[in-house]
Amino acid sequence: MKEPLISARQIKMSFGGVEVLHGVDLNLYPGEVHAITGENGAGKSTLAKIIAGVHRPTAGELVLNGQPTRLANPKDAAAKGISLIHQEPLTFPDLTVAENIYAGNHPRTKARLVDWKTLREEAATTMANLGLRLSPDAPVKGLSVADQQMIEVASALTHNAQVLILDETTASLTPKEVEELFEIVRRLKAEGRALAFVSHKLEEVFEICDRITVLRDGSKVAELTTQDSSPAEVIRHMVGRDIEATAVTRHHKDQAPRLSIQNLSVPGRVHNVSFDVKPGEVVALAGLVGAGRTDIAHALVGATKMSSGTVQIDGATVEIKTPLDAQKKGLALVPEDRQHHGLLLPLSIAENATLPILENLFKFWVKGSEQVSISKEWIDRLRVACVGPMQPVGSLSGGNQQKVVLAKAVLTKPKVLIVDEPTRGVDVGAKSEVHRLIRELASEGLAVLMISSDLPEVLAVSDRILVMRAGKLVAEYERDQATQESIMFDAAGEAAHAS
Amino acid sequence: MRKILTRPEFVPAVLLILAFIAGTIQSPYFLDVRYLLDSTGPYAETGLLVIGLTFVIISGNIDLSVASNLAFVACATAKLAQIGLPMPAAATIGVLIGGLLGAFNGALVAYAKLPSFLVTLGTLALFRGMAQALMGSASVQVPSSFVGADRLDLPLLGVPLPFGIMIVFVVVLGLTLHRTIFGRWTFAVGTNEEAAFFASVPTPAVKFRIFVLAGLLAGLAGVLIDSRLGVARFDHARGLELEAITAVVLGGVSITGGRGSMIGSLLALLLIAVLKTQMILANITSEVQLTVTGTLLIVAVAITGVATRLSAPRKA
Amino acid sequence: MLAKVAKSREMRTLILVILVFAIAAFKEPRLLSASSISSILLWIPLLTVMAVGQMLVIVTRGIDVSVGSMLGLSGMLTGMLFRAHPDLNLALGAGASLGIGAVLGLINGGLIAWAKIPPIITTLGTLSVYRGLTFIVSGGHQIDSNNIPSALTEWSLRGPVTIGGVTLPWLLVFALLAVGLGYFLTNKTVLGRNLYAIGSRPEAAHLRGVPVGKSVFACYVICGALAGFAGLLYASRYGFVNPATAGSGMELTVIAATVIGGCDVKGGSGSVGGVLLGCILLGVVNVALAVLGVAADWQVLVYGSVILIALGLDAFASRRQAKEVAA
Repeated sequence: MKEPLISARQIKMSFGGVEVLHGVDLNLYPGEVHAITGENGAGKSTLAKIIAGVHRPTAGELVLNGQPTRLANPKDAAAKGISLIHQEPLTFPDLTVAENIYAGNHPRTKARLVDWKTLREEAATTMANLGLRLSPDAPVKGLSVADQQMIEVASALTHNAQVLILDETTASLTPKEVEELFEIVRRLKAEGRALAFVSHKLEEVFEICDRITVLRDGSKVAELTTQDSSPAEVIRHMVGRDIEATAVTRHHKDQAPRLSIQNLSVPGRVHNVSFDVKPGEVVALAGLVGAGRTDIAHALVGATKMSSGTVQIDGATVEIKTPLDAQKKGLALVPEDRQHHGLLLPLSIAENATLPILENLFKFWVKGSEQVSISKEWIDRLRVACVGPMQPVGSLSGGNQQKVVLAKAVLTKPKVLIVDEPTRGVDVGAKSEVHRLIRELASEGLAVLMISSDLPEVLAVSDRILVMRAGKLVAEYERDQATQESIMFDAAGEAAHAS
Repeated sequence: MRKILTRPEFVPAVLLILAFIAGTIQSPYFLDVRYLLDSTGPYAETGLLVIGLTFVIISGNIDLSVASNLAFVACATAKLAQIGLPMPAAATIGVLIGGLLGAFNGALVAYAKLPSFLVTLGTLALFRGMAQALMGSASVQVPSSFVGADRLDLPLLGVPLPFGIMIVFVVVLGLTLHRTIFGRWTFAVGTNEEAAFFASVPTPAVKFRIFVLAGLLAGLAGVLIDSRLGVARFDHARGLELEAITAVVLGGVSITGGRGSMIGSLLALLLIAVLKTQMILANITSEVQLTVTGTLLIVAVAITGVATRLSAPRKA
Repeated sequence: MLAKVAKSREMRTLILVILVFAIAAFKEPRLLSASSISSILLWIPLLTVMAVGQMLVIVTRGIDVSVGSMLGLSGMLTGMLFRAHPDLNLALGAGASLGIGAVLGLINGGLIAWAKIPPIITTLGTLSVYRGLTFIVSGGHQIDSNNIPSALTEWSLRGPVTIGGVTLPWLLVFALLAVGLGYFLTNKTVLGRNLYAIGSRPEAAHLRGVPVGKSVFACYVICGALAGFAGLLYASRYGFVNPATAGSGMELTVIAATVIGGCDVKGGSGSVGGVLLGCILLGVVNVALAVLGVAADWQVLVYGSVILIALGLDAFASRRQAKEVAA
């Protein structure tokens, strides 16, 4: 058997005391495309970033061409022939295509000046080799994401990259663009380079990859060859995990919907989505990252503009332009990005929890004691581990931070609660508490829309499951009818179904 | 202990005490309360700018145009009086003009979403230029009945009127900043504007109102300077924005927003007043005082930067 | 597409230059007199030398409002040097002014790149510090014309090249050299290209291995050196250096010229050609105002409006672009 170009051995990685990779091995061979796949949060991107020098692992080693090696930073990795192609390419909109290929690495003349002649010629050559039909002198501003990724590939090749890692590169590409990218991937493979393809789109994995490593919860659970495997087998490895279902009583079949959405569209992200959520019901929105689920959540609370569609709450059409409108109409969101959208980290728990309802609580003067007593109630109910309501939320653990975000949303007394990835980066104990709380709130009559990429969570907590793919609703299940496999098939695309 | 050390008021309070001690050693006049109070006139005006800028900077923005705003209002008020408007009406219109200029800044920052330092750098020139275009290099006399508010003592308290006005605003707006919904919103916007928006804070309206407030206060300062100096000129209070911004950041307001207190700003204003008094007693020219203020500004930002990092919550 | 936009921005400025000149000349033919033209030509060089430095800073999303004070302090120190050594070689004097400016810029750059103090705060602080230092070193006294060697003052009258009886004064030659330097830096050096990458997308520049701190530091040093050199040109042009007025308020003119010349204040774009046109535009406006009798009283108003209009145009352009991308 061939020697691997680069090997990752027993890689462990922790962020803020939480281990997200538990000793993972990976070998990338020359002339091979190796898929790294798994559910959201399985550790795929973290592993990719370690191999590309973005993160340094807490334990384990990288072996490059048989030599143990340390990567100081991405530039060091690039110099050693390892390049990462990002989902959001690292390009400079104001610079030309040719210069973007060489940014940070301009060729120089003998006088140490920029060698524009070489730069243009070699950029043109590299692009020609890749079959790229872009003018080297065109600015990058206005180019498609696909073209910008190609520029990053070209940039990697000017470093003579032997190892290329494509991190969710196809997430925002059209099918035609994906085909063009794959054409280039095949060419690079034929040249004897080692490629890693990080993706959970199995259709694409089976089209382009030779070998598949499946990660689940930060551990490697399988290494398969594409030839001898099938999407069904990969999905079995990806999802083989269960969460105890929360006991549910469901009797909302005949009730009028609390939240009703018709033909909601967000330009370029969501296309004509319609669905209902009834009081007491938890509806899950499943799908891959980038399928448009968060865009729906943001459009519902007025953080993103919708281009068309109507939203009704209890049968009345509502117009929502800002989160404040949403709150007045009885909608509350627990945002996906806790650090940037959910919390004001330096401020206290009490301050955070009561920020949206200051105007309901007080006329003019804010009474700190009241903020404290109100948040105290929820700290106790949600069992937030903290010194007291005055503790800054930034010093809480992820799980406890999430409970504060939930408390904040619930304190607005919503009729409809939208939770976006409610347990991401949350430890196991807090996770089940969050699940319990969501069920409790539903049983009190709230309509809950839960966006989650965690399939066991979807199956354990929701009553009904909607699956989105590429901005459209593609499937709907009652909870008893759905399995992790069936949801995954719908989310990943038709090709996965066929095989 | 750590809590006291990281409070925004800590640094200015300590420095103020040190400056007082140094001042008493330096000159016997220094502890003459009457002398100190009589020299508060200009600081009342600076103080009004400081109060407005405390809100602006805590919200994560900056307003470089306040001193130019002040000058334009001073000129406009004097002109209005000159063409025969009764002084109370002229003064009221003057303050409102200040608010209007603030609203112009606010609209460009909050609704056109332009960076505040560039907008207010432009309006720093624009407002000053408007004053100059209005007045030329002439100075316009203010009606004599209106002159000399700074030599008027408030009954009972015995402090000069402008200083009294400033203190009233410090108290009222200090309470607004620290005890009202609007104040909480100001801190929220400065801490993380996006998260504040998601938490139903009407972020553009908050920013807009803060700039209007800063404009109104600058306008009031413009009226007060007319009364104190008796004449209006376009180059009144040139460069005063520097002193005001220095006081605010020296008072522990983080230049990146989200942190600070009204008391801190007031203490830092007093500190600057004490330092300037000392420099005047030591016959240091006003131009040289500039060097001190400029250095203070940079040092203060560096110090609050460190303090903010110290007080930032440690990750669990 | 960008080349088009950049070109159109420069075109925009050029058209404005012609328009302003034509209207003003129509209303007041005296503007076409040799003395008016030469006063425009002598006003522009100072501005241009400083604007080239400011452009480098604005390209990185920074700003330097201390340039006027750097001009003052360097002009004062160089003037004092000439007062003490009247026979000093002019080239040495020029070197001194550049060096003094570079040191002042070094302080700005250090505070911004490594102490991470926002550029506007840093340079607002040093604007005062440098102005105050000008008073301290001079004791508040101005450098009079009899202290400045006539060889230096002749820079603004005589020059190395005479074309058809018209002498190209040294002052203009230096301005062209500064433009040449700006062109060289932004087009031929890795440093210059890195400045554009930083202003275009700072976080990506860091990940792509661009030395962000060093580059930002360098652009403030260069900006300072050019402002320092402008101090010497000031002494040459005006024949005296007053600690209060030399360069005072000049930062607004410089920034106005830079942004109207097409430097996007959000960084990443701007060309020396555009900046030169911006300087010419302000020069024409300035002299036109004087000739039209509006006098100096309206200057500051004009600069302020120019900055705000340029800001507004940028915001409008980027909003329209955002819409195009979404559609």
